[in-house]
Amino acid sequence: MSRLRPLLIALGLLAAWQALTWATGVPPYILPDPLRVARALWGRADLILPHAATTALEILSGLAIGTALGSASALLLAASRRAREWVLPMLVVSQALPVFALAPLLVLWLGYGLPSKVAMAVLIIYFPVTAAFFDGLRRTPEGWIELARVMDARPAAILWRIRVPAALPAFASGLRVAAAVAPIGAIVGEWVGSSSGLGYLMLHANARMQTDLLFASLFVLCLMALFLWYAVDRLLRRFVAWPSEPLHPI
Amino acid sequence: MRPADPAPAVHLEVERLAFEGRTLMEGLVLDLPAGRTTCLLGPSGIGKSTLLRLVAGLLPGAVRSASDGLPLEGRIAWMAQSDLLLPWLSVEDNLLLGFRLRGVRGAELRRARERARELLGRVGLAERARALPHQLSGGMRQRAALARTLVEDRPIVLMDEPFSALDAITRYRLQDLAAELLADRTVLLVTHSPLEALRLGHEVRVLDGAPARLGPPLRPQGAPPRTADPALLALEARLLEELAGAPRPTLGAVA
Repeated sequence: MSRLRPLLIALGLLAAWQALTWATGVPPYILPDPLRVARALWGRADLILPHAATTALEILSGLAIGTALGSASALLLAASRRAREWVLPMLVVSQALPVFALAPLLVLWLGYGLPSKVAMAVLIIYFPVTAAFFDGLRRTPEGWIELARVMDARPAAILWRIRVPAALPAFASGLRVAAAVAPIGAIVGEWVGSSSGLGYLMLHANARMQTDLLFASLFVLCLMALFLWYAVDRLLRRFVAWPSEPLHPI
Repeated sequence: MRPADPAPAVHLEVERLAFEGRTLMEGLVLDLPAGRTTCLLGPSGIGKSTLLRLVAGLLPGAVRSASDGLPLEGRIAWMAQSDLLLPWLSVEDNLLLGFRLRGVRGAELRRARERARELLGRVGLAERARALPHQLSGGMRQRAALARTLVEDRPIVLMDEPFSALDAITRYRLQDLAAELLADRTVLLVTHSPLEALRLGHEVRVLDGAPARLGPPLRPQGAPPRTADPALLALEARLLEELAGAPRPTLGAVA
């Protein structure tokens, strides 16, 4: 039953949608019924798929670069007191800036192509990854560090063999958030200015009253986002397979 | 299990140690006899763990020396109240943590691994070498922590209430095991249990007062681990009285 539940929920929502369009007689350019969207999805797959590939590339590149930059920043902040004193306040203040407001600027600076969208996704991903990982690095149970010191560990060994693995559950939380918000960054970037991608296709379809195509693109985007989140979650469960809290209070 | 290097006596002097303006210790001297187990008792908050951390070199503020004149660094192993097993490492890899942290490789690491396997057998965990810590019971984890302390094969061993989180029966068995495996090392065992101190200690010291002072050494008869016979239990009762605030002079006369 629990396996069937998502399917049943999806079917129920589709049925409600279909019923709504029948009952209200709303014209298809306002709200197309599910069958029409399915036909658009099937019939225009050759149009949708290349755009989906563009968006997927933007999301994955953004996720990879954002995660790499975020992890590196968290490690730098954890390892250097000076970095904490100088960089941390800037990082916090930078979050007061709405990232979406930067999108037009990024397009102006980096052009209509891939780089501005990747940059947008990176900007969105960077902070949750940095904050979560750095927080994890700061919260290493003191007992583990003391044990390592009595064992004559070098500071680098304490960082790589104790503090980093101990912070992985927190890092994993950050990465899950990043996987969930990465598509937003890419789509917003595409809306501001682009010549391909699902966001571009949606705007294009919207302007031409091809609402069924818009919904079909949206559906593909949702599938991609769900798949990304699921893949990241599976990967993290596999590699961070221990309880995130110490077994005993330390 | 004898240590590879002979265990020295350890001498510690605290001139003055204050915390937030309050003097914790002043003019305190602690001597740990070579190859013997010294048990440290005292009311909670008196500074037993602080004293142990001073010996471990985890806290500044004390002068430490060994009877053989060699530095103490690299000769101390530490076991805490919680097992401190790293949850992402298997039991065997937890035992080898010290070697990994020191960057030991090759033949030396292989020897350490053999020793770790032997010790896992001694503490009854040979079958669980590949298990992760959260798959073990509390008693098993503390046995693994004991084995990790011994894999280090260091002549001086500091134990901070290592068995206090365990149930009475598991604790009793682990005390026997620890006494057997820690023989011939210089051991400082901090405990809040007079019975544990009397079972395991060649010398029992009481830390009390403000600023904290060490009472004279109490030396129960016979070699540890002692069985909890009526004589030992009577001694436990007296120690409890003393710790609960009864007049001090009775203690020296007991031994």
